[in-house]
Amino acid sequence: MPNLPLPADKAERLAHLSVMYGEAVPHNHALGLRLVDVGATDATVVMPYADVLVGNPETGVVAGGAVTTLIDATCGTAVLARMNAFTLIATLDLRIDYLRPARPGLELTAHAECYKVTRLIAFVRALVHQGDPALPVASSQGTFMRVED
Amino acid sequence: MSTPSLPLADLVRTVRQTREYHRLTDAIPYTRFMGIGVENLAGEMLCRMKYAPHLIGNSLLPALHGGALSALLESTAVFELLLQTDTERVPKVISSTVDFLRSGKPQDTFSRAFITRQGRRVANVRVEAWQDDRTRPIASSHALFLLSES
Repeated sequence: MPNLPLPADKAERLAHLSVMYGEAVPHNHALGLRLVDVGATDATVVMPYADVLVGNPETGVVAGGAVTTLIDATCGTAVLARMNAFTLIATLDLRIDYLRPARPGLELTAHAECYKVTRLIAFVRALVHQGDPALPVASSQGTFMRVED
Repeated sequence: MSTPSLPLADLVRTVRQTREYHRLTDAIPYTRFMGIGVENLAGEMLCRMKYAPHLIGNSLLPALHGGALSALLESTAVFELLLQTDTERVPKVISSTVDFLRSGKPQDTFSRAFITRQGRRVANVRVEAWQDDRTRPIASSHALFLLSES
């Protein structure tokens, strides 16, 4: 994948990185993930509530795996924002703490910040909430690697 | 949303006896969506995530989405606790760490869980996932689960 620099304009950055939430990344697309904001080092992604995401049919609570996908995608986008390039990256590891059960029927919002990059490695942290960032559903910490061509 | 014909706890008890694992995975919308099933191969309980195009995370390589692999690992740990122990409740994940070791090819992925420690309240579970070669895992995880809050 060519190492394309990202535009400085916020709306154009959002449009460029939103490609990762369309057909180019089928699993993000299948989960209905939507990039709603991107800054210099951070990204915000929304996952709408959907019946297929339910992990416990008795409570309607979304499966942990779907939350993980949301976090992985958001963290990856924050890394691209920080690297300021549309480049190929791979997740090395991801730790998630599940802080409280997600309430059924409500969308989940993930906010990730890439707080450090070296030439190859990026360090990211993320929080997931359902409208009130002071009441996070999950917190996460991950590392990513730039994949050289 | 489809409702399971039996309450989940009853279904789990039944499936432990009958080993009709699909009855449990069919009752969970997300495992159905992901194509995750439980299989008993030579006396060993494994999970399989059947390949489907909507699991792809990178169409250029192509490679499975890391989130899909994480979902398989987590489901495998939950099914291990539900079906291989006598826990009465659906275990709640407290925390998990996933290492992504190799990129997942567009094909079926297998996984196996090992309960490292099972206490009365908390269980520690390790899971590995592989494709062609079990000795070359593509992802691994360790996770903590809450079994009882009393």
